[in-house]
Amino acid sequence: MKWVLLMVFVLLVAIGISSIAAVTTITIATVANPDMVIMQALSPYFEALHPNIKLNWVILPENELRQKVTTDIAVHGGAYNVVTIGDYEVPLWAKNGWLVPFTSLPATYDEGDLISSIKDSLSYKGTLYALPFYGESSMIYYRKDLFAKAGLVMPEHPTWNQIETFAKILNDPSHGVYGIVLRGEPGWGENMAPIDTVINAFGGEWFNMQWQPQLTSPAFEKAVNFYVNLDRKYGPPGVTSMGFTECETFFAGGHAAMWYDATVAAGYLSDPKTSSVASDVGFAFAPSDVKKNTGWLWSWALAIPSSIPASSEKSEAARTFILWATSKQYIKLVAEKYGWLLVPPGTRYSTYENPNYLKVASAFALITEESIDNADILHPTVNPVPYIGIQYVDIPEFEAIGTQVGQYIAAALAGTQSVETALQQSQDYVLNIMKEAGYIK
Amino acid sequence: MKSKKRLEKFTIGVIGFVIAIIFFFPIFWMFLTSFKTEVGAFSIPPEFLFKPVLTAYQAVFARGDVQKYFINTIISSFGSTLIALIVAIPASYSLAFLKPKGRNFTLLWIISTKMMPPVGVLIPIYIVYTNLGLIDNIWGLTAIYVMMNLPIMVWLLFDTFSNIPLEILEAAKIDGASTYKLITNVLLPISKSGIWSASLLSVILAWNEGFWCVNLTNVNAATLGVFISSFKAGEGLYWAKMSAISTLAVIPVIILGWIVQTQIVRGLTFGALKE
Repeated sequence: MKWVLLMVFVLLVAIGISSIAAVTTITIATVANPDMVIMQALSPYFEALHPNIKLNWVILPENELRQKVTTDIAVHGGAYNVVTIGDYEVPLWAKNGWLVPFTSLPATYDEGDLISSIKDSLSYKGTLYALPFYGESSMIYYRKDLFAKAGLVMPEHPTWNQIETFAKILNDPSHGVYGIVLRGEPGWGENMAPIDTVINAFGGEWFNMQWQPQLTSPAFEKAVNFYVNLDRKYGPPGVTSMGFTECETFFAGGHAAMWYDATVAAGYLSDPKTSSVASDVGFAFAPSDVKKNTGWLWSWALAIPSSIPASSEKSEAARTFILWATSKQYIKLVAEKYGWLLVPPGTRYSTYENPNYLKVASAFALITEESIDNADILHPTVNPVPYIGIQYVDIPEFEAIGTQVGQYIAAALAGTQSVETALQQSQDYVLNIMKEAGYIK
Repeated sequence: MKSKKRLEKFTIGVIGFVIAIIFFFPIFWMFLTSFKTEVGAFSIPPEFLFKPVLTAYQAVFARGDVQKYFINTIISSFGSTLIALIVAIPASYSLAFLKPKGRNFTLLWIISTKMMPPVGVLIPIYIVYTNLGLIDNIWGLTAIYVMMNLPIMVWLLFDTFSNIPLEILEAAKIDGASTYKLITNVLLPISKSGIWSASLLSVILAWNEGFWCVNLTNVNAATLGVFISSFKAGEGLYWAKMSAISTLAVIPVIILGWIVQTQIVRGLTFGALKE
């Protein structure tokens, strides 16, 4: 009898030990954007659903994260099991073999519910390499009260010339309200994001089909001149230090009549807790010129680096986590805990069909969905181009050239040099890089 | 004549205060911002009078294990300083008193390693650390900080030792002191202030370091620098939270600086009036 009891005890201890050993810890590298902060806060719900998976979080600023994850993947460090990347990285990294593909997704995930343009932007050769956590396009935010007072009406699809006219009429710095606020902080993901969409709208492009830089073409020059003049004449002083967040708080504080930026700000501007203009904010599609549908496309997505074997337990756990964080159930969980206004937007059609979401977001939900749906990263410009990407050019060199050109244009925004000089410097710089990289003989 | 001197003293005092206020203002502003709401921290024009709230501190403590980041920072900064001292004291002793051949070249070579941008050696160090299992390891980070601060420490201690009259050491030698005894019983006590200032500088540099900790640690060995940077985001507000954790992070360094300030001033001005 004693022996039997001892055997049972040993067996129980063994089971206990094996169950402890079965816990798989995965490390998630992400940024501190509000939607990701919510994801981290809700992670105990995932761990409760999957007690055999423990989540570790590494949160870093965007550029540091990109640099660190790139280094780790390139040297096969294997430090991260889930990485947060955007649609600029996904095709490039997939091409390098750095990401694990998402094939045969379970039926419960409802892959068909993912917004098709977002899905395309996260695919390489027809295969998904990351799943979208949230997506965004760009739109115009405006003050309905100021427009009504001035007898102006914002069209649903405004042109840039109309925006300039409105900015001129509504610009009233003596009363603390500027006509428009636009990003000026240099960077490929900062001032160059809205500027690129203006360039596309005016019929410009970064490269022709032979990869010759087109930064001094009449259309490119006209677009940059337009943006710089608009910001300098009717924008606040010191725009070169204003990025997304600075513009967002500036507009939310009631200091600008219009703001052109990411659709993801709509919830923040509509929330009376964070915005003093919540009841007066209006929404319209990204302005156009010779090209229509000029809104950009960006999504933050979750991917699995291939530096750990796809068949490993960690890789499996990472996949389980990503499926959860990008699922319809996760969106519902956020709504339950934080309200529908704070659910991650722009990834699923079902979000925009949900009456609860439409109830709080009806003013901007359909513009956001349509802008994302209509964004065509394969045909971003009037003339044919050899690259994909609307507010970026999807080549590895763009991070460097986009940031350098952003700095030259920021100098023009600050008034320290002319747009012509800035673009000539940009053209010379880009030409040199493209020659060195072998795009041009 | 007396009133002229008094006026001169008063003017210098005022200038000193103004400079001190200019230097201190960013820290004061950070402290104020840490008690604002995120919207208040970003308000235009900036708010000087506001209702203080603790929401930023609550958010900081809710985000992660603050204690872990503090412990890692203490281990890496004090540990690296201690190891660097153990290496730098004999190195500086030999350079200052034994005057080896090519001393100036050696000194120049030591300091030249500080002139290279750290990112230039990131990839090789990352590969070596990955192979040695030192990524996200607190001792791996400490070793980097030792290498980072050793040149400055050797230079500072070399300068301190060089200002000690050789006669004192020779007298001890005549009395039969071994090199070890010479260093521990004679050299270290009389160069205490120089060692204090070199140590504090090393601790502060390691405490505030932001490049290596971000690149070589993830979860287990992450320091306060990593935690502070984690609040910066492309979208969303973070100034109040970042000010709150930064305020917490600078408090130990300020206290430490306060405690050893007399030693630091003596150490840094040691030999300045040498005839």
